[in-house]
Amino acid sequence: MIAIIDYGMGNLRSVQKAFEAVDAPAEVTRDPDTILNASAMVLPGVGAFKDCMNNLDELDLVPLIRRFVESGKPFLGICLGLQLLFEQSSEFGNVPGLGLLPGKVVRFDDQPGSENGTLLKVPHMGWNTLKFQNPCPLFEGIPPESYFYFVHSFYVVPDNPNIVASTTQYGIDFVSGIHYDNLYAFQFHPEKSQTLGLAILKNFAKLI
Amino acid sequence: MLAKRIIPCLDVKDGRVVKGINFVNLRDAGDPVEVASAYEAEGADELTFLDITASHEKRDIIIDVVARTAEKVFMPLTVGGGVRTLDDIRSLLKAGADKVAINTAAVHNPDFVQQAAERFGSQCIVVAIDAKQVEATAPDFTTEFEWQERYPELLEEKGKHEQHWEVYTHGGRNRTGINVVRWAKCMEQFGAGEILLTSMDRDGTKQGYDLPLNRAVSETCTIPVIASGGAGTLEHLYDALAEGKADAVLAASIFHFKELTIPETKQYLDQRGIIVRTLAPEAT
Repeated sequence: MIAIIDYGMGNLRSVQKAFEAVDAPAEVTRDPDTILNASAMVLPGVGAFKDCMNNLDELDLVPLIRRFVESGKPFLGICLGLQLLFEQSSEFGNVPGLGLLPGKVVRFDDQPGSENGTLLKVPHMGWNTLKFQNPCPLFEGIPPESYFYFVHSFYVVPDNPNIVASTTQYGIDFVSGIHYDNLYAFQFHPEKSQTLGLAILKNFAKLI
Repeated sequence: MLAKRIIPCLDVKDGRVVKGINFVNLRDAGDPVEVASAYEAEGADELTFLDITASHEKRDIIIDVVARTAEKVFMPLTVGGGVRTLDDIRSLLKAGADKVAINTAAVHNPDFVQQAAERFGSQCIVVAIDAKQVEATAPDFTTEFEWQERYPELLEEKGKHEQHWEVYTHGGRNRTGINVVRWAKCMEQFGAGEILLTSMDRDGTKQGYDLPLNRAVSETCTIPVIASGGAGTLEHLYDALAEGKADAVLAASIFHFKELTIPETKQYLDQRGIIVRTLAPEAT
């Protein structure tokens, strides 16, 4: 069973339904026993970094997430669930994250960036392509230049380039996917990316 | 590169799709879930449900529609119509909507948008604006708002007679005196993540989107703008994205009546140099 961490943020039901669509049973939970006994963990999330960290703290979920990740079982972060893995975010001042990976989270600059002369729109919202970097088993079978659905204003800047699984172009090339040991995390939403998004979730379920 | 989005919009009343839906092989063309699945298969980039159910007491019907859709359709879903309270937003998001569109409730209380964005995040708050051109010869508006002393700059200056766009409510019947461009910028500053901009002059006419309106808002805002109202041909969609500088186009009847399909729309836009997401090959 896959545990989808319920910390009061994000569209958890969509993630659960997407796993069910690829025959991978998933449960939305904040129960410590259920989480620690799960075979894989998913940390979804939308909204503000600070609120999410606060909620994780208040629900005492931070030590559980650390223990789970240390156990070596597969972990998937989605959107904010990717950003939370890093040391700190510049959203609303500097807010510490889970610090499981060295690096930071920064905002897209307000800069003229789009092709028609208007400002770069933030949030980066819509379908964009991935450029594969270091090998990642979750991209198995995914054609290059495939589109995935993004909605975010911040992106991660990892210290270690070897964990970068994919980049995406939006004004700059930013990191849209990472893979490090049992950690997998994406800036885009596989659960909202139609068949190819489901294929990534299926690849994740295969790791169990 | 970020692709421009093509977004079909379904009017849903009492849980049923109204206006024509011409998909072949649909068992029930009135079922929003079936129609949503058909659009997903065609390669639509997002979907919008506009709930036109008159009664607020029947909100559980649209919640159920959203929940059933989220079980089958794995693409972004926006729901608008009758969103008045933070509880309305919470229930829609919990049921599986990705974004909610706020319209009249924002006009009555702009701070509601700020509260919603703070509580749920900007990424899920769309502000829908019904815009209409007001001629220079028009009389001054007569509306009054509880907030007008706090945000006087949002209202048109009385006695100044220039052609401009104003925010309208009630399907384009009620004039508000609110300047559309300044309203859009204010909503962005209050935390809206996206603007859904409908030209009430063009809506239903098939004469094309209001390009100057779209450009004015898109060039002022740094959040994405969805153009709506007036789509009749492929060229109209192209014009809204190229000349109107919209980030996405929303259309209802041209897709429902199968005058255009999503794949042929995307093929056309691609040929004219617009970046669109072509229907993905299956994973291998």
